[in-house]
Amino acid sequence: MNRIDTTFARLKEQKKKALITFITAGDGGLDTTEQLVYSMERGGADIIELGIPFSDPIAEGPTIQKASVRALENGTRLVDVFALVRRLRKNIQLPLVMMMYVNSIFGFGTQRFFALCRECGVDGVIVPDLPYEEKEELQDFADREGVYVIRLVTPASHERIRMIANGARGFLYCVSSVGVTGVRESYSTDFKEFFGAVNRSREIPAAVGFGISGPEQAKAMKHYCDGVIVGSAVVELVERHGAASPGPVETFTRSLREALDT
Amino acid sequence: MNKVGRFGEFGGQYVPETVMNAVHELEAAYDHYKNDPDFLAELTRYYKEYAGRPSMLYYARRMTEDLGGAKIYIKREDLNHTGSHKINNVLGQALLAKRMGKKRLIAETGAGQHGVATATAAALFDMECEIYMGADDVERQSLNVYRMELLGAKVNAVQSGTNTLKDAINEAMRDWATNIDTTYYLIGSVMGPHPYPTMVRDFQKIIGEETRRQMMEAEGRLPDAVVACVGGGSNAMGMFYDFIKEPSVKLYGAEAAGEGVQSPRTAATVSLGRTGIFHGMKALFLQNDEGQIAPVYSLSAGLDYPGVGPEHSHLHQTGRAEYHAITDEEAVCAFEYLSRVEGIIPAIESAHAVALAKKLAPNMGKEQILVINLSGRGDKDVYQVARYRGVQL
Repeated sequence: MNRIDTTFARLKEQKKKALITFITAGDGGLDTTEQLVYSMERGGADIIELGIPFSDPIAEGPTIQKASVRALENGTRLVDVFALVRRLRKNIQLPLVMMMYVNSIFGFGTQRFFALCRECGVDGVIVPDLPYEEKEELQDFADREGVYVIRLVTPASHERIRMIANGARGFLYCVSSVGVTGVRESYSTDFKEFFGAVNRSREIPAAVGFGISGPEQAKAMKHYCDGVIVGSAVVELVERHGAASPGPVETFTRSLREALDT
Repeated sequence: MNKVGRFGEFGGQYVPETVMNAVHELEAAYDHYKNDPDFLAELTRYYKEYAGRPSMLYYARRMTEDLGGAKIYIKREDLNHTGSHKINNVLGQALLAKRMGKKRLIAETGAGQHGVATATAAALFDMECEIYMGADDVERQSLNVYRMELLGAKVNAVQSGTNTLKDAINEAMRDWATNIDTTYYLIGSVMGPHPYPTMVRDFQKIIGEETRRQMMEAEGRLPDAVVACVGGGSNAMGMFYDFIKEPSVKLYGAEAAGEGVQSPRTAATVSLGRTGIFHGMKALFLQNDEGQIAPVYSLSAGLDYPGVGPEHSHLHQTGRAEYHAITDEEAVCAFEYLSRVEGIIPAIESAHAVALAKKLAPNMGKEQILVINLSGRGDKDVYQVARYRGVQL
C-alpha cells in the first residue's frame, strides 16, 4: 500500500488534518535538505514534498524560483536527490513526494525515473505543467511502479474538477488561488464555492496549497479539506538561515502542527 | 493518448491546470473564427490597408549574378508595417482576442519585433498591453523597447535564468496564470500549447501562399527551394506551409549556431537538441541529461531560444525540411552582403536565412529558383552589428 494512503487513513482515524511541507531539494546543499526533512518530521509534518530544482519553473513565484537557482548553482542533480531519498528511508517512514516539472521526468527518462522512485522510496509526484489531458505521458509508468501522480485542481478549473477528481490517487492538490506559488496576504478565491465543488467530486483526501504563509492561514484553511500544504514560507526560512535553517524550520513546522491540531 | 494538436509525436498541451480552461476557450474561439467570413474579411482588410500586404516578391538580380547559381528571389516581409512578419500573426490574434472580449494583451519578445507588433495592435484596437523581454535583450534591442513604450505598452525587463527570450516566456506564462480572466497571451511564434502552433502558422501561411502566386506570375512555376530562419519558427512555417505538399520544393531552415555548434555558446536546437516537454509543447529542445533546459546563445535575440516549434520538430524528424546551423559570423557577413549587393539591410535573424541561401545557391543550377524569406528589416540591429565589428557609433 502506498504510504500516502496509509498516512491519510491514520490521520482520519485520529481526526487530524495532514500537514504537508515543501522544501527545494539541494537548497543549501543536499546535507541541509536531509537535516530539514528530519526537522520537519520532528516538527510534526505528515508528508514532505521535495521540490526538484528546474531551470525554468513556470509555476513558481519568486521565492521558489530563487531556491531553484540556488539548488542548481549548488550542482544539485536528480540522481543525487534519489540517493538522498535512499538515505532518508533508513530513518523515516513518512511519505515523500517530489514536486517537479514534466521535463525533469521526460528528459531524465520516464521509465527509469519511476523505477528509481519505487526503488528509493518516493511515493508520489506532483507535476504542475502536466494537465489532466496529458496524463498518459506518465500514467502507465507510474502505475507500474506503484507511484502516484498527484492531480491538481484550481479555482479556474470549474467544471473540470469532476473529471480531474475522478480516478485521482493519493490526494487531490487544491491550488488555493490562480497564479504562481508564493506567500499571499489574502485570497480572492471563493473557498466555499471552490471546495464545495471539490468535495462533491472527490473520493480521496484533498489538501490545499499555494500561498499559505503561517499558522493563522493554516488554521483558517483546514476546515475546507483534509490537509494543508506549506511551501514558500518554509523556503523563505531556508533562504534566510541557510545551513542553520533546520532549527527555525522545526519551530515553524511545530507552529503549523499546533494550528492544525487545535 | 490524446492526439489533439499533434504533429506526429510533437505538440500537445503541457500547461498548468490554471490555464487549461483558457486554452480550451481559445481553441473553441479559433475553431469558430477561422471559418467566419466576417472575421476573415476584417483580417484581410487590416493585412492590406494597415500592414501593407501583399509583401513584394523581389528578384535579386545582383545577388543571383554574384553567386552564379540558382535564381534568387526575396520575399519582402521586412516591408510590412512594424518591419517584420510578426504583424501577420499579431493582427490575427489581436482581432481574435477582441472578439473573445479580452481587454489586455501580454506577449514575450526576443528581438523586440513581436513586442513592437503586439504593442502596435494594442494601440490600434485600444487594448492594454504588457510585454515581457529578457533583461539582456532589453539592453541589446533598446531601440525596440523605446518603440514599444511609444506605442503605449509597458515593457518588463525579465531578470531570471538567462535573461533572454525563454525567460520572457516563463514570465509571460506566470502573468497569464495570474490574470487568466482578463488577459490574452499573444504568443509570437509557432510554439506553446495547442492551438498556438497551428493558429500562428495559419496566420503566417499567407507568406507562402503569396509567394506561390507571385512566383507563378513571375516565372510560371514553383520555386525549387525556400529558405527561412528558425527561432521558434513562425516565419519559416509561414513560408513552408503552402509548399509542404509540393515534393519538388525543398524546405530549408537556418537556425542560430551562435559561436558554432561545437561551442557551448549556441542555439542550434535542431542540430543538437532532443525531444523534450517545455513551454506547453513536446518538441526539440537543447537540454542536459536530466532535462534541464540549456542556456543558449546567439547574437540574434530573435533566434536565441532553446527550442523549436512542434511542426518544425516533425518536419525535421520526417526529413521533409532540412535545418542548417549558421554562426554569428556567417550571419553578420550576410547582413553586410545583402546591404551592399541589394541595398537591403536585413534583420540579423533574417540574415541567417541569407547566409544559408549563399551556401545553397551556388550549388544549384541556373535554371533553378530559390526564395529567401526576408522576415524583417535590420534597422534595429545596426548598432549591435557595428559593435560586433568593433565600430564605435
